[in-house]
Amino acid sequence: MLELHEGALNVPEILTRWYAQESTSNYGAYIPFVGTVRAEDGIEGLSFDVYEPILNSWFDAWVAKVAPLGATLKMAHSQGDVLVHESSYIAAVFSPKRRVALEIIEQFVEDFKASAPIWKYDLINGERIYARERSTAIAGAGILGVKS
Amino acid sequence: MITVEFLGPIKKPVLTMEASTLHDVARVLKEDAQMGQWIESCAVAVNDTLVASLDTVLKDGDKVSLLPPVCGG
Repeated sequence: MLELHEGALNVPEILTRWYAQESTSNYGAYIPFVGTVRAEDGIEGLSFDVYEPILNSWFDAWVAKVAPLGATLKMAHSQGDVLVHESSYIAAVFSPKRRVALEIIEQFVEDFKASAPIWKYDLINGERIYARERSTAIAGAGILGVKS
Repeated sequence: MITVEFLGPIKKPVLTMEASTLHDVARVLKEDAQMGQWIESCAVAVNDTLVASLDTVLKDGDKVSLLPPVCGG
């Protein structure tokens, strides 16, 4: 399950709803990761652009990858502005045993940071400034610059 | 004709052009001064699937997307 929300995530509502959804699925482990906007460098918050078609296919590929391990994934992300001390990202793994879930959550979140088509901006004095230095080129980027 | 869209922070309107492969798209974009800062760091998708080669064949109606460096979370 992949959810996109306008603005900040309602973390208690999402975590509780996901817990209820899987409460009788016989998973032994539910490991959520919650990303919260920190106050640093004078920002008022962060802002996000999301490209849904490729995000959906990236997420679906991960769901298929962890299914043979008996695990499933849920993810929620914000679009637009999220202020300091609000949350913009939740990823969660459900699996029969904790070790599988702990390993998946690390790999999933790291690949999310490197591959998911989401762009981050700092909110400073009401302006959106692309967080270029904190961004990562997607694997395979740069082909247009190759000499033909 | 194909379309080329620029995602996230690139802030450039959609282009339409004649192109039979991504080589044709690359030639046009390399001449665009506004693209200079992006061309080396963008990933490329054709009809929402990431591609790895400029030899990718394009057909009428295809959508090429440029994805600059990402940072979700």
